[in-house]
Amino acid sequence: MPGAATWSLDEGDYKRISAHLNALLKESNARCALLVDRAGQLLASVGEQLSFDPTAFASLTAADFSANDQLAKMIGEPEFASLFHQGEKESMYLADIARRVILVVLFDERTTVGMVRLRVKHTVTDLVALFDEMFAREAPGSATPSQRGGLLEGAEDEIDKLFGD
Amino acid sequence: MSMINYASREINCKLVYYGPGLGGKTTNLEHVYQKVAPDTRGKMVSLATETERTLFFDFLPVDLGTIRGFKTRFHLYTVPGQVYYNASRKLILRGVDGVVFVADSQLERTEANIESMQNLYDNMAEYGYDLTKIPFVVQYNKRDLPNAAPIEEMQSQLNPGWPVEDATRKKVIPDPWHEGDYLVEEIDGMWIERAPHFESVATTGDGVFDTLRALAKTVLKALS
Repeated sequence: MPGAATWSLDEGDYKRISAHLNALLKESNARCALLVDRAGQLLASVGEQLSFDPTAFASLTAADFSANDQLAKMIGEPEFASLFHQGEKESMYLADIARRVILVVLFDERTTVGMVRLRVKHTVTDLVALFDEMFAREAPGSATPSQRGGLLEGAEDEIDKLFGD
Repeated sequence: MSMINYASREINCKLVYYGPGLGGKTTNLEHVYQKVAPDTRGKMVSLATETERTLFFDFLPVDLGTIRGFKTRFHLYTVPGQVYYNASRKLILRGVDGVVFVADSQLERTEANIESMQNLYDNMAEYGYDLTKIPFVVQYNKRDLPNAAPIEEMQSQLNPGWPVEDATRKKVIPDPWHEGDYLVEEIDGMWIERAPHFESVATTGDGVFDTLRALAKTVLKALS
């Protein structure tokens, strides 16, 4: 592979992801849930309005997870599939999805880490299936042509114009 | 790993500024941060030591415009340049769409530049990425200093070119930014390709946007 693969998220994917995340929030009583890809891009966010910059948060989440992945390898573990950061009032629980995406759940004293961990397990299973399907769709040689080709095909003029050439 | 989000109508791409320590990577991002309109950029995050040396990365998201109704959002990252921080430096390359190598033009940094370029090739290879096949530009920074090495010398050390294997690419491509230079040319019967290069003085901003625009454009064209 010459470089990192490109993939896309369509409206249907977004709706299905949001439905899973909303169910998680409802049943765990957590404040909000975010999905971030391993390159640090925010894919989805549901629940309470965020009081911080979500883009910066996403890049730090990916870095946090990557750094912990390396720490896991150093102590002889293939990975840390989940991480828990405990604060005085606010805490966060992070879980790996199909080695490509990270689920982040923010919660406070209205619930417990045990409850969040238990419910996240279900969501991880559901999301792994969903993302496997999405990545299979984008894989090279897959039967359906990527929507990406259709989106930017022939857009060279527009790109030139954007950069003032 | 570019990501096209049809739900929020965004194309997200990751660009990484790589290079030896104290070469000007963070200064590049700071200049971009100061010059772009506040509504087109996000918060700049710097994970640095108390002495302002990059510990993990700097991060700056910028919107460069709209194509086909999609916001083109570029996430700019720097890596820690110091040799010591290789483990964290490598992590930042994950999912990269384009790379700027920021070289320090000072003669006494020649070895550090070469070592860092080799380290970039090695770290990319560990992810299975091929630097000769992804958008890549070289920036020669600190051109204002009296001890700056000649560009020709730096080009031959850091950007000598790689053999072109794909027959369809074996055609002369002039360097659009430097008259008389070529990005792809035939030398002694062998076709070679070089990365585009730019001169800069990141502290004043000279060359910073030329570098970013060239890379961003190549990344978008690679998608089309």
